[in-house]
Amino acid sequence: MARADFISIQNISKHFGQVAAVDEVSLDIRQGEFFSLLGPSGCGKTTLLRMLGGFEQPTAGEIFIDGESLADVPAYHRPTNMVFQSYAIFPHLNVQANIAYGLRKDRLPKEELRRRVDEALALVKLKGLENRQATQLSGGQRQRVALARALIKRPKVLLLDEPLGALDRKLREEMQVELRLLQQQVGITFVFVTHDQEEALTMSDRVAVMDSGKVLQIASPSELYERPNCITVASFIGQMNFLPAVVKHSNGASVDLEVAGFGASKALLHGGRPLQRNDVTVALRPEKLRLGTEAQALHNRTEARIEAVAYLGDRCHVHLRANGVEKALLVSAAAGIPLRQGDNIAVGWPADAAVLLAD
Amino acid sequence: MPSRRRIDPLLLYAIAFLIFIYVPVLLLPLFSFNDSPYVAFPLKEFTLRWYEQMIGAEQLQRSLVNSIKVGVIVAVVSTALGMLAALSFTRYRIFGRTALNGIILLPLVIPSIILGVSILVILRQFFDIPLSLWTIGAGHVLICTPFAMLVLVSRLEGFDRSLEEASLDLGENRFQTFWRVTLPLALPGVVSSLLISFTTSFDEYVIASFLASSESTLPMYMWSQLRFPQRLPEVLALGSCILGVSFVVIAFAEWYRRRDLQPARA
Repeated sequence: MARADFISIQNISKHFGQVAAVDEVSLDIRQGEFFSLLGPSGCGKTTLLRMLGGFEQPTAGEIFIDGESLADVPAYHRPTNMVFQSYAIFPHLNVQANIAYGLRKDRLPKEELRRRVDEALALVKLKGLENRQATQLSGGQRQRVALARALIKRPKVLLLDEPLGALDRKLREEMQVELRLLQQQVGITFVFVTHDQEEALTMSDRVAVMDSGKVLQIASPSELYERPNCITVASFIGQMNFLPAVVKHSNGASVDLEVAGFGASKALLHGGRPLQRNDVTVALRPEKLRLGTEAQALHNRTEARIEAVAYLGDRCHVHLRANGVEKALLVSAAAGIPLRQGDNIAVGWPADAAVLLAD
Repeated sequence: MPSRRRIDPLLLYAIAFLIFIYVPVLLLPLFSFNDSPYVAFPLKEFTLRWYEQMIGAEQLQRSLVNSIKVGVIVAVVSTALGMLAALSFTRYRIFGRTALNGIILLPLVIPSIILGVSILVILRQFFDIPLSLWTIGAGHVLICTPFAMLVLVSRLEGFDRSLEEASLDLGENRFQTFWRVTLPLALPGVVSSLLISFTTSFDEYVIASFLASSESTLPMYMWSQLRFPQRLPEVLALGSCILGVSFVVIAFAEWYRRRDLQPARA
């Protein structure tokens, strides 16, 4: 039975001098979950991960893994293993000795050790490189050695500190898929730190978005994208148009608003969260906006001038200028609609497309 | 491009520099094979007499063995102390780091004669410790530890901290991590530190002469022999041998260092 609070982080803070790198963070991670900590550099995600691994001591709060407190457990007794950002491959050892490093204490018979190393090598697709010196490995190979070295310990939790950051783009995309498959294969809980939102969205079961030492939102990738809970999350994940608006009337399920550029509009409230304030921000994904004839049928619409069109193959990005809107509206439209710079065009959005943010 | 005719002044300077540094040193082996007790040109016949005499000199052998004993112990002790200091300076945030660093490095700038006298006074007047090779060793550890620490700090600062964290992460405690990761990676620094400490001690005269009992070290013996002109060629022969051994040791150390510098891919 997978525990919902397999990892339980309770009111954890870490202060470096006056600065709170991690500020009263509480979150639970499920057993077997691929969980990402996402945020800009300096948001505290790596510090949080290092506290899980035992390399930083929390200033306050407590962490539990599988029901056991980690408060007085040093790094070398924790049921966690880490893939470091620099991979930290021991340069004086070959691949086999690197991978077997953590098994010394188990005093396995030679054949058993050999079998475990072979298994780990097969898992990360490095068979045949056993005797390669660590200094002769490519970046991708080093990363695989780091993974094998950590997984051979069969940890309860694998911690990954931006492991794909040092790889080139193509290799990174391959590794995203591979890591995800690997995680499903071994069934170990992964806690993955990244500043790359695309990486977090493609790989994770759930993502915690962090900023300035605080967790802003914990949700599945689709929920983060569709239902961000604040402007910071909405702008950090993908692209978003923000329009200031004032609530005129709200009946719990739908809202009448006065939206900048669009005038009187209707929006649906998702999840029935009551709005705290009257002045809100309407957030619209570029692909949720409709153009031309499609927009004519919508209640929430306006006329705008096409400022620029960027052709992207299957789609095109259109920048629109509408009266009363400060920034250009970004619309992602199917390629094929005739669009000419300088033309006026109708733009609109369905009532269920908007996310209302109150901060 | 420099033309073929013009001689680069820098080249001239380099040649002059090499002559200035090495010709006096090379005179040593030259006269050690010269069949005359006087160090003067013209050269007489070739001889191995001085080497034979050297091998026969019992006092010389005793002091050579003494110097090696002291040197080896000093090298090991100061490298161990230097390693502890270097680890604490590079791995931990310690209170009064700058001051401590200064105190450890201080013997480098205190004249040896002052160190020698003051250690002698303390040992004899306050603790009444009899002088021996051990007291010489203690004095030498004082001046070798700063060198050892400097060499090891630069080595320990040079490698990725996460290597040690990875070892902790994989289940080894700090002590085992030191033996399995830190020490192997710092080994070139440890070797240099051992060599520097050994040669510093082997070569040291002033402190040794203050702290010695009747057992003398090699530099003390050589100095004492200079009072007798007829013993000078023997000292030259000994000097040549030391020169030869040093050359081999330095060549080995350099080879070892370069082996370590082989391209490590990022």
